[in-house]
Amino acid sequence: MTERTTEQAPSRSSQDETSAAGSATIDTVTAPDPARERSQGSPIRGRGERIFRGLTSGSGLLVVAAVAAIGLFLLVQAVPSLLANNANFFTSPVFDTRDAANLNFGIRDLLVVTLLSSLFALLIAMPVAMGIALFLTQYTPRRISRPFAYIIDLLAAVPSIIYGLWGIAVLAPALLPIAEWLQGNLGWFFLFAPGNLPVLTGTIFTGGVVLAVMILPIITAVTREVFSQTPRFHIEAAQALGATRWEVIRMAVLPYGRSGYIAGSMLGLGRALGETIAVLIVIRAATTPSNFSLFDGGYTFASLIASAASEFSQPLPTGAYIAAGLVLFVLTFVVNAIARVVAGGKVNG
Amino acid sequence: MAKRLDLKDVDIYYGDFHAVAGVNLSVAPRSVTSFIGPSGCGKSTVLRTLNRMHEEIPGARVDGEVLLDGEDIYDRGADAVAVRRTIGMVFQRPNPFPTMSIRDNVVAGLKLAGVRDKKKLDEVCEASLRGANLWKEVSGRLDKPGGGLSGGQQQRLCIARAIAVAPDVLLMDEPCSALDPISTLAIEDLIADLKKDYTIVIVTHNMQQAARVSDQTAFFNLEATGKPGKLVEIDDTEKIFSNPKEQATEDYISGRFG
Repeated sequence: MTERTTEQAPSRSSQDETSAAGSATIDTVTAPDPARERSQGSPIRGRGERIFRGLTSGSGLLVVAAVAAIGLFLLVQAVPSLLANNANFFTSPVFDTRDAANLNFGIRDLLVVTLLSSLFALLIAMPVAMGIALFLTQYTPRRISRPFAYIIDLLAAVPSIIYGLWGIAVLAPALLPIAEWLQGNLGWFFLFAPGNLPVLTGTIFTGGVVLAVMILPIITAVTREVFSQTPRFHIEAAQALGATRWEVIRMAVLPYGRSGYIAGSMLGLGRALGETIAVLIVIRAATTPSNFSLFDGGYTFASLIASAASEFSQPLPTGAYIAAGLVLFVLTFVVNAIARVVAGGKVNG
Repeated sequence: MAKRLDLKDVDIYYGDFHAVAGVNLSVAPRSVTSFIGPSGCGKSTVLRTLNRMHEEIPGARVDGEVLLDGEDIYDRGADAVAVRRTIGMVFQRPNPFPTMSIRDNVVAGLKLAGVRDKKKLDEVCEASLRGANLWKEVSGRLDKPGGGLSGGQQQRLCIARAIAVAPDVLLMDEPCSALDPISTLAIEDLIADLKKDYTIVIVTHNMQQAARVSDQTAFFNLEATGKPGKLVEIDDTEKIFSNPKEQATEDYISGRFG
């Protein structure tokens, strides 16, 4: 409440100023009714001001309205199917909508596969992105870093379907020895335990690596930007104390860029969570429930919905997929909220 | 501690641009030398060559010798990082590390040098803050971030950080130009105290300040834009401000120029 009044006070006084200036110039020419001038402000400037304010706040509200409308749409479409569901929506690993009269669907495995593949991708991409960003901003002269950054950005322009094809045709066989080694030596750990697939290609592990390459450009771009904006005088403070290149990075660059790096990583995570076609191609479908292993197969929220999209004819089965979409929608909100908490709620603090 | 500085035929370049030409000067230990002159004359550039900060700018280089107690800091065997650990610097704009606590700011240089002993760090922290006349104001909130202090306090924090490593020379690049008069006075008093232990070189635009704080004053000037800056005259501060040898110095300090 108090915030609102302090915010309004200056804008009102500035309006008074413009109206006073406006009436002063107009007075000499047409001498309109001063009382009317005072109550409505200068007719042209006041209106322009109002229109502009209306446009800007309108655009702001539009975003909020769009998000709310999407949420509402998902909810309205999902509720009838959720009510008709015979399985537990949150704990069932089955997603069976073939019989509209007997729906059995749950998101447990979708959530597991989505989170495992995305977080694994993030785990790989974050350090690499930081390395690239530091290399480009701190270790290379501008004339080299420019074209290099351009190549990284180009990675973002490669269509998802290409990543999918590359992932299953090239990367999956190439990763096989690593996967075999991990399972052979660290198989006692649940993430590397045998999964629900008969083979070690086309697993969440493979998908995660593909996703890591896909989200690398966005994380790198954001991180490079914030690192390059580290104030000169912060860097000099460290240099003047006799800091080496790495110590300058630790004392000045990383503290300054930390929140931007996290924000960029969350953008990447958001992309990984929602990535559809590459995941659909790379990660094989599984017939048994997930073992919480990286060597599982299965569907993510997005890949499941995409795979079933051709059969969206009856409202109740369709609603089941929309319910899954709703969870993905909420999940991205949760990820963003966590990112804000981790970043400390403020940028560059 | 408190070593002597000698510059011999120092030429400074930014790429092809010859920024400063032929500087010869000496700074005695435990004294204050101020660099004055119009903007762009190269006085800050000269200061930044004294701890090898100049070379951080791409294309920048230095010819000639800068001797610290007879040893050339630009010698092939000399390491810029090591040089900066013994020659401290305070900048125009107070630049504490914003996310570090006051204590961590002060001992940042010591930690870089590998000191891990907490007791030692705390001792040096208190001594440095006392040395910078800041202890009384911050002793109760050493764990608070350094960015929360006022401008004048931040600058004294930066001085504390610089003296915590017990440098041989302390360089100050217009340390008061971003401060109010009261904070400026506090810094000037501090410089007078620090002189007992350190060799100090200060760049200032404020001639009264040069007259108040320094024993020796160097006047830099440039003939025209695009030409290199030159050291016109260096002498006891008293002489420079009362009876300079060069007409250009006379014109500058009497305000007929620049």
